[in-house]
Amino acid sequence: MTSIITRRRFNFGAGASAAALPFTAGRALAQAPLGVGFIYVGPVGDHGWTWTHDQGRLAVEKEFGAKVKTSFIEKVAEGPDAARAIRQLAQANNQIIFTTSFGFMNPTIQVAKQFPKLFFEHATGYQRADNVATYNARFYEGRAVIGTIAGHMSKSGQAGYIASFPIPEVVMGINAFHLAAKKVNPNFRTKVIWASTWYDPAKEADAAKALIDQGCDIITQHTDSAAALQAAEQRGVFAFGQASDMKAFAPKAHLSAIIDDWSGYYVKRVREAMDGTWKTGDVWGGIKDGMVKIAPYNDAVTPAARAAADAVQKGIVDGTLHPFTGELKDQKGVVRLKAGEKASDELMSKMDWYVDGVQA
Amino acid sequence: MTSAILVSILMTLVAASTPILLAALGELVVEKAGVLNLGVEGVMLTGAVAGFAVAYSTGSTGAGLVAALVAGVATAMVFAVLTLSLTANQVATGLALTIFGIGASSLIGAGFVGRTITRLGPAFPEALSGHPLLRAVLGHDIVVYLSLALVLAVSFFLNRTRPGLILRAVGENDASAHAIGYRVIAIRYAAITFGGALAGLAGAYFSLALTPMWADSLTAGRGWIALALVVFAAWRPARLLLGAYLFGAVMTAELQFKAAGVTVLPPEALAMAPYLATIAVLTMMSLGPKSGRANAPACLGKPFSAS
Repeated sequence: MTSIITRRRFNFGAGASAAALPFTAGRALAQAPLGVGFIYVGPVGDHGWTWTHDQGRLAVEKEFGAKVKTSFIEKVAEGPDAARAIRQLAQANNQIIFTTSFGFMNPTIQVAKQFPKLFFEHATGYQRADNVATYNARFYEGRAVIGTIAGHMSKSGQAGYIASFPIPEVVMGINAFHLAAKKVNPNFRTKVIWASTWYDPAKEADAAKALIDQGCDIITQHTDSAAALQAAEQRGVFAFGQASDMKAFAPKAHLSAIIDDWSGYYVKRVREAMDGTWKTGDVWGGIKDGMVKIAPYNDAVTPAARAAADAVQKGIVDGTLHPFTGELKDQKGVVRLKAGEKASDELMSKMDWYVDGVQA
Repeated sequence: MTSAILVSILMTLVAASTPILLAALGELVVEKAGVLNLGVEGVMLTGAVAGFAVAYSTGSTGAGLVAALVAGVATAMVFAVLTLSLTANQVATGLALTIFGIGASSLIGAGFVGRTITRLGPAFPEALSGHPLLRAVLGHDIVVYLSLALVLAVSFFLNRTRPGLILRAVGENDASAHAIGYRVIAIRYAAITFGGALAGLAGAYFSLALTPMWADSLTAGRGWIALALVVFAAWRPARLLLGAYLFGAVMTAELQFKAAGVTVLPPEALAMAPYLATIAVLTMMSLGPKSGRANAPACLGKPFSAS
């Protein structure tokens, strides 16, 4: 139902309101603040994906103070209807607009054509234009770190992975997690349940329970709620947080989490828009760039697991370790990467095969 | 598979079935009185958020359950006033109530996102359910036992008591019931109150027992499954019980099969199953000896005004 029914709240930060717009326009010739707009797919309070983007917006406000005026529209449905929301921000004196979900790709391109002087930034997409840049995070690097911890912490050698949809982003995460765990424990198994949804807390919890029933003692997920963590806590197994630190939901089970941090990128791009040095482009940032972070380890994480996880992080940052390094075979035995070969961004962004040991 | 795993699967199945059973049972009584309330999902959500807010603030899940009942009734009253006293269209009002419930619960719940409470525990001391087989019988929470008792009570009420007969009469022929002196509108108010209370309780089962947290649209469409279930059960409480556990079994089996590495059907196909089953039952009913609307209350969805 949420794709049809969305509550729109048009929210101005920095104390401005729609009624005050004529006045700000009048001051435009003086030192008017730079308008920065955000389109969110979920509610700011989702404690996940959208929340992390809003943290980035707050970082922009903190950095530039009165020099910027940020605004956002939350819970915008993906698809053609999003164009209306993006246009609304474009007409409201925003110079740079971030659209933060894959499904906003076509509407962003469409609105950008009508406003050639404004800058648009689309998260996780692949279509660009002179005034439309794209950006994404290398979440698979975080998956390699938690996979390493999973390999060390699992007694049964089986992890349960609650996945949303078999798109490359998700497939990449499953493979990165499994390969890292397998490096620690060669017999490691990763069992995947496709929830066919990004968000259904009760189903996510039931999926976690089913995986635990089948012998998994580590749960991780590529869905949006903390329900799986709660199920893990209840059954006394370990789990990982997704998008933000979810320790509050499962103090004992929560080993660590992959945290999205968009603050650095948003501050940088807003500064460029201010200076007039903004250019289109495509950024895929990882742990090195601070876009992906690892939450503090739980006390239960053993010293060996900590050391190994830290080593993986360090290796990814200094470039000596790539989560996808050959020789790599898929489940049918086809060699996807030759010995020593590192996966190209192109190969990863089209990944539609599973490595051996994944049950998907 | 050991008995411990089987019991664990059974517990998941029962927990998944309980909220749809409660919501559907409430809606069954409402529909038996001749009113179609499509707003079950919205009522469940206000119950879920109110239950969580009160349980979080007071630290008592019991208080949360009571608050959910009250919130469910309050939300359903909006529907009752609009459709009964103001004779608004029931289908349109019900859909509006769902949209209202999604928005209102999101607004009320904004301050409670990211907080946790202690989960609603088993009804009996754990010492009683040490053995897996005993756990299968005695290890559930109070709402599970309440839902089963309510199925019996509703079945007895509708089929064996005079007030139940009157309620059914109002649903079958509102004009005649009115003509012989029954207060159609008052009876329908009572039925909607009951339905609202049960839908509110069903919603709170999500935020207090299944996933003890609040997040937007927590019930994720279970209200629509409950509505389908009433039709699936042909408005009979006993069949409703069977149907709810069947739907719960399908939902649980899908996940268990995937976890065990058995692919019977694509997950999308299993997600469709409850709705496909409802369509199949509807088709069978209309092909059966009592063709047409079979067991549906004759005045279902029709507005009534005493003249």
